Amino acid sequence: MGMTITEKILAKAAERANVIPGENIWLNVDVLMTHDVCGPPTIEIWKREFGKEAKIWNKEKLVIFPDHYIFTSNPQANRNVNILRDFASEYDIPNYYDVGTERYKGVCHIALAEEGYNVPGTVLFGTDSHTCTSGAFGMFSTGVGNTDAAFILGTGKIWEKVPESLKFTFNGELPPFITAKDLILQVLGDITTDGGTYRALEFDGEAVFAMEMDERMTLTNMAIEAGAMNGIIAADKTTEDYVRARTNKSYELFFSDSDAKYKKKFVYDTSKMEPLVAKPHSPDNKDLVRNVQGKRLTKCYIGSCTGGKLSDFVHAARLLLGNQVKVPTFVVPASTLVAQQLEEETISGIPLKKIFESAGCEIAQSSCAACLGGPMDTTGRATDGEVVISTTNRNFPGRMGSKKSEVYLASPLTVASSALTGVITDPRDFL
Amino acid sequence: MDKIIIGKAFVLGDNIDTDQIIPAEHLVYSLTDPGEVKMYGKYSLSGVPIKVSGLPEGGIPFIAETDYQSEYSIIIGGTNFGCGSSREHAPFALQIAGVKAIIAESYARIFYRNSVDGGFVIPYESQIKLNDKINTGDELEIDLTNNILKNLTSEELYTLNPLGDILPIIEAGNIFEYARLHNMM
Repeated sequence: MGMTITEKILAKAAERANVIPGENIWLNVDVLMTHDVCGPPTIEIWKREFGKEAKIWNKEKLVIFPDHYIFTSNPQANRNVNILRDFASEYDIPNYYDVGTERYKGVCHIALAEEGYNVPGTVLFGTDSHTCTSGAFGMFSTGVGNTDAAFILGTGKIWEKVPESLKFTFNGELPPFITAKDLILQVLGDITTDGGTYRALEFDGEAVFAMEMDERMTLTNMAIEAGAMNGIIAADKTTEDYVRARTNKSYELFFSDSDAKYKKKFVYDTSKMEPLVAKPHSPDNKDLVRNVQGKRLTKCYIGSCTGGKLSDFVHAARLLLGNQVKVPTFVVPASTLVAQQLEEETISGIPLKKIFESAGCEIAQSSCAACLGGPMDTTGRATDGEVVISTTNRNFPGRMGSKKSEVYLASPLTVASSALTGVITDPRDFL
Repeated sequence: MDKIIIGKAFVLGDNIDTDQIIPAEHLVYSLTDPGEVKMYGKYSLSGVPIKVSGLPEGGIPFIAETDYQSEYSIIIGGTNFGCGSSREHAPFALQIAGVKAIIAESYARIFYRNSVDGGFVIPYESQIKLNDKINTGDELEIDLTNNILKNLTSEELYTLNPLGDILPIIEAGNIFEYARLHNMM
């Protein structure tokens, strides 16, 4: 019996020849990632459970990115960053990216890619549900809680149930008004927010392999919105070029066998797809942008690990170039590297940053920011009665702040076209 | 591990995500300082829109405004309970509020793992939809030996799915105690 790419990577990490979906297996972890919200309690549990002599299983494999509550005056949030800083100093952690220094990176999932921690064939765990993002690099990655992370920190091992796989094949060319975000919103609408529970979502097809890494990461990033354990895309030349430019670690490529077993297969013709939104209050509440166009907005938001990458801003800037936004529009680069790229990348000779500034957008510093609401002084946080359209990943009640706000999730093209009119607008009206 | 859990039901809908269980703005508190820990109790389930808080009528806050603990110790959920973020603060907050067990049709993976591995609350699966059969405030009794839920108010009995692979971790207390028992650390 053939195996899927996910099964092969898990088998390798379990030092076994093969694994079967449903089995609980113990894995050797290649990278553990944590951040300012879940890092402090993870460290606390690790110290409590492993005692005074607690040892980190492998310092090189621990990566800490403060990224959630960074630009806030909230004293407890700032204390959490101080706890990380003290820990990194006490234990001499090489891969700590401190706030307020040149090493600060921003949103962990994007920084993992940029800093060369995403390596094909490896297993990465993180204390964040969107850790599944790294699966775009032909690797296994998933989120865990503080207790599991503390266990990994002390032992380098964790148990996991081998997931069944669902396969999503996107054939055809992407029309210019469609992005990876539309594809994943389609998938979420089709399988719902628990259709991926304890499953792997494997993305395949010429439309996927035509995408750059930024766009592939949008697909795997939102696998968790279906409840999935992981999202995964086999590595190809695009992946290898990206990885080789950032790390000299050796890696192994895995591919699903032609007779691998899937719980279900889905096939899409991307040339026939239309721009989509997820309406309040669930990421699977899919509808055509055409069906909700005209909905009055109070805010537009382009940011987060899902929709704050360079490719997202290139999409948005194409529409905003030479135009003015009609409602407050927030531009939040996921990472400090993306923020720098906004100054370097140009459209018609104009830097993206200048395009956003001229259009009247508010540009914020790199962090998770209002994607998850955050402390009250977080830039772009949704307040009572607001109607927001956002490139982020979740729109459950209160996700972006007030539980009396409404959030529509959409592609950067749809958010940018809506920013230009103040109502939900199909990007085809501008393209 | 208790063999019998008795408590009042608090009934919720489907897809109760971790932002509803503990809104992200509250994740800043210490999980060990006693003065701050109680804040997780105070704000647990505070993100649930009030009209669907405490079904079937709704409009019932899980915790009274001035309290840090809830009078309800058994949560009845629907499908996909605990979806959303990986925050372990979610099952922790429920434990601090006084919740002993959750009974739902299905769970999101990370919430389920966190509940068990951290030893916070027992996540039982129901065999049928229960959040339209049990009312908030009903007195419930869970028999963990026989996997039976008894509604003492309506006198209905329901069979729960056995805890299976995770039972030894729950019995040990958490994943660390389990690992020590099995000489894994």
